[in-house]
Amino acid sequence: MTRRSLLLQVAILAAGIAAPFLFPGHTLQVAVLWMMILFAMTWDTMGGQMGYNSLGNILYFGFGMYVCAVTQIGMVYDVAEYTAATGAIKVDFTRQEYFEGLALGVLLAALGATALAAVLSRILLGLRGPYFAIGTLGAAIAAAELTAAWGFVGGGSGISMPVFPGGPGDRERFFYFMFLVAAVLCYLFLRWLYGTRFGLAINAIRDDEDKAEALGLHTVRYKTVAWCTSAFFLGIAGALFGNMNGFIEPLEVAYPTLTFGIFMVAMTLLGGKGTLWGPILGAALFYTIQQITWTYLLGWQYIALGVLIIVNVVYFQQGIMGWLKDRKPEWFGVRVEPVPGSAARDGSS
Amino acid sequence: MWENLQILFAAPVFNVQLLLNGLTVGAVFALAAYGLALVWGVTNVKNLAQGDFVMAGGYGAYEFSKHGLNPLYAIVPTAAVMFVLGWLVYRLVIKRVIQLDLFTSLLATFGLAIVIQQALNLVFGPDVRTARSGLAEIQMFGNMVTVSEIRLVAFALCVLLAIVMVLYLKNSRMGQAIRATAQDPRAARVLGVNTDRVYALTFSINAAICGAAGALIAMIWVIQPFYGIAYSVRAFVIVTAAGLGNLPGVILAALGLGVLEQYSGFILGAQLQQATVVGLLLVILVWRQILLLRQRKALQ
Amino acid sequence: MKSIFARTARLSGAAAAAAALAFAGQAGAADPQGDTIVLGSAISITGKYSQEGKNAMDGYNLAVKMINERGGITVNGKKYKLEVKYYDDESKPSNTAQLLERLINQDGIKYALGPYASGPTKAAAPVTEKYKIPMVEAEGASRSLFTQGYRYLFAALSTSEQYLAPAVDIAAAYAKAQGKNPADLKVALVFENDPFALDVRAGAADEAKKHGMKIVIDDKMPRDLSDISATLTKIKALKPDLLLASGHTKGAVTTVRQMKELGAYVPVVAMTHCESANLTGKFGGDANGILCPTQWAETLTYKDPLFGTAMDFYHLFKKTYPSYGEVPYQAAQAAAVIEIWADAFQRAQSFDTEKLRDALAATQMQTFYGNIKFDSTGKNIAKPMVLRQIQDGKYVVVAPAEYATEKPQLPRKAGS
Repeated sequence: MTRRSLLLQVAILAAGIAAPFLFPGHTLQVAVLWMMILFAMTWDTMGGQMGYNSLGNILYFGFGMYVCAVTQIGMVYDVAEYTAATGAIKVDFTRQEYFEGLALGVLLAALGATALAAVLSRILLGLRGPYFAIGTLGAAIAAAELTAAWGFVGGGSGISMPVFPGGPGDRERFFYFMFLVAAVLCYLFLRWLYGTRFGLAINAIRDDEDKAEALGLHTVRYKTVAWCTSAFFLGIAGALFGNMNGFIEPLEVAYPTLTFGIFMVAMTLLGGKGTLWGPILGAALFYTIQQITWTYLLGWQYIALGVLIIVNVVYFQQGIMGWLKDRKPEWFGVRVEPVPGSAARDGSS
Repeated sequence: MWENLQILFAAPVFNVQLLLNGLTVGAVFALAAYGLALVWGVTNVKNLAQGDFVMAGGYGAYEFSKHGLNPLYAIVPTAAVMFVLGWLVYRLVIKRVIQLDLFTSLLATFGLAIVIQQALNLVFGPDVRTARSGLAEIQMFGNMVTVSEIRLVAFALCVLLAIVMVLYLKNSRMGQAIRATAQDPRAARVLGVNTDRVYALTFSINAAICGAAGALIAMIWVIQPFYGIAYSVRAFVIVTAAGLGNLPGVILAALGLGVLEQYSGFILGAQLQQATVVGLLLVILVWRQILLLRQRKALQ
Repeated sequence: MKSIFARTARLSGAAAAAAALAFAGQAGAADPQGDTIVLGSAISITGKYSQEGKNAMDGYNLAVKMINERGGITVNGKKYKLEVKYYDDESKPSNTAQLLERLINQDGIKYALGPYASGPTKAAAPVTEKYKIPMVEAEGASRSLFTQGYRYLFAALSTSEQYLAPAVDIAAAYAKAQGKNPADLKVALVFENDPFALDVRAGAADEAKKHGMKIVIDDKMPRDLSDISATLTKIKALKPDLLLASGHTKGAVTTVRQMKELGAYVPVVAMTHCESANLTGKFGGDANGILCPTQWAETLTYKDPLFGTAMDFYHLFKKTYPSYGEVPYQAAQAAAVIEIWADAFQRAQSFDTEKLRDALAATQMQTFYGNIKFDSTGKNIAKPMVLRQIQDGKYVVVAPAEYATEKPQLPRKAGS
């Protein structure tokens, strides 16, 4: 990694840290942006790097959200009683209780989601291609309905989350930095991971799983670890988002398969799947466009978004990164030799 | 839950009601799933906008009833209009994603789905709508079992469609072309089949069938621009359960799904209906994997 | 060396700058020092509650239009027009909170209107409370909104548990009149699995238990499907005496339609959202006899200087929005919210949110929608829920007794 690229990454990080102070009104929006980046990166691990297109990654998001909520509330109240009151019990957490609960909640959410991924891997990772996609989508939908039918966690009424202690502004900044940290950690982890043998292994699985298996690769193990990695970070994101939102319920907040669940995929495709920076770019661009259309094209925003997705998919499947690779291969360290006797590709002799 | 089971044993006539409900509901799902199976099998495009085509068809029937005409007569014109729309969508969008990565087609149709939803919302408004078919109900077993005639119409239509499609695919030239393309597009092209036209026709037929299904749904249930998802999900479950290329299997799977949903709704409660459906799908998928694994091991 | 990182970093930087520019143009739009007072609302323009969200928006817009046509609101001698800034929360509570924060932080909104439905309102209330922005709402009826000690939340509508409890009482009274013990009555509960409907269910179930009635069916309608035939088959098997249902507009339409289709007859039926579903328009005689709780009825004798009587509002609304068959109470209570804000501005004679909050807390007025007086928790204690019954295709008030114009016709005579 060159010095220049290092400097630029540090610059981005600095911008990220400064953002809530420069644009205080936009703190929550940018926090969600970091979450979207995390979504895209974790999806790409499965879909882009490994070729297992999952439509149900959002399952771990929602699961983490609920595990965290139950932990936070369970430490102070009786959970069943609390949820049965559907918000009638006034939540009264001290500062210490809140942060302790949150810390433990996030930890358990991450571990719980990982454990769930390990279990589901045994069931679902045997499926290939579109069946895997539909199977995971089904799992996410089933999770939403089962949660909605379970009275202990509030069922369809949802759970009112504990209120963040501290003034307005503090809460946004706090969650902003939590999301920033989560996204950065995810990025650093994945960057390291893709550089190891693991990265090569999952790429091999993507390119031809049967051959990889025939060459002696324990595909099952690699697939499971990949999914558990995604689940770990998604669980954290879910726990944080639930707290940031203040109120969670199964269909709309925890398991939004048809919004966040599919956005994950769209963002990664937009940026270019299978690359490290593709998902990040794609998420940033997608989210920005979404926010702009939501504000200025009210009533038409989904049409605009749908057209964007279609255009992206139809004309632009390699995504931004792929397009860049085509146009400017030099940026990627690829030298294009001119064919002897004919004009050079970029015009020079 | 056990009390509900007891009812079924104590008064077996209600099994008949559940069966009738389930078969007729399943027939409508079958219509939605049939087109999906056809498109998936021939073009390899997984149409996430299926449910939204259905809703669009529903609005056709609604418009008819709004102008004082019996929406039953809307079924054929709606199918025709949807056929044309399907052709347009094919030319503009689907044509370009067919040759690509299987997964990108899913995403393209997702984009299509949200465009259709919001377009319907803008044109027709967000109100929940219905259309009255004016048909009556049939009472049996002394009013214990009731089935509305419109549901029987739906069932009849489903059976009719199945027969027509099977005959068409088997006997007509275009039908054979479709089957050839489904088996091996390159070979079909080599042999002179215009695969582009085959794809367009298949997609348009799908849209037409969805339109008919939508018209029925407006008469049996309700329509709203954002309610298409339920039908998309069920269509996918049915096609996946039946397995590709197994068109009669799709009908059977759909009918089975309808009945299963009714029973699970009755015994476990309506809130778990969809979870049961999806759970069954997962079971089927995993079972198939186990079978495949055994086959592979046997070969080694 | 130009590395990939450098280029992509520069691209992302450019993207971020463009985004910042796009958003920056939005700031400071709600400046009451200009000529307009801007109210803010995140509401269901799309999504599964888009119909009810539109009902509420039409109510807000009509009231704003009427007030502006009369010259607007006078504060400190200057006249101000009203305006509402909307964002679409897509019927999702996760968006409501974010969008409200955006309204408050980016658009400088200091006066909030409620979203549609209890779920989004439950997400919104902590936000306005945190920022000390008064919010007047009339579409979130959940009891739990008023147990948290919110000081900045004011609700014009009656709370959720009052929706179907009166119907239970009517059923009990009917049983007694027939010489039966109310505790022998069998009750079927069919509710959508969402915060509002479950709150209504809680109130209804409590009332049923008070009479000692037995709940034989307790099903939740799935949110994503419009078919309750399995539940109705159970109803045919168990023959309950009372059916209580709530599932927003879709639930009402589905229940009436399928009850007829499956021949599932229950002598006393009560459900919410009848007017919003336009049951009389869609189903004619099949909807006869259904008890419909409503927050407002056009036949009630409330009146106010802006709209006149309730009936005047009814006609004006239908004239302004001709696509409506009936005027749903969601629209009426939204209009009342605007009236409450206008009244608060007039009394406070200030733009300061604290003074406005205190003015709101001291509200005591009659609107065409009903009497408004808030208790210390923010709920309206001056307006009762009214129960109507569909008799011969018309909605007729049957309870509470002092507002009733007819007696309830029980058992219901369904059929065209």
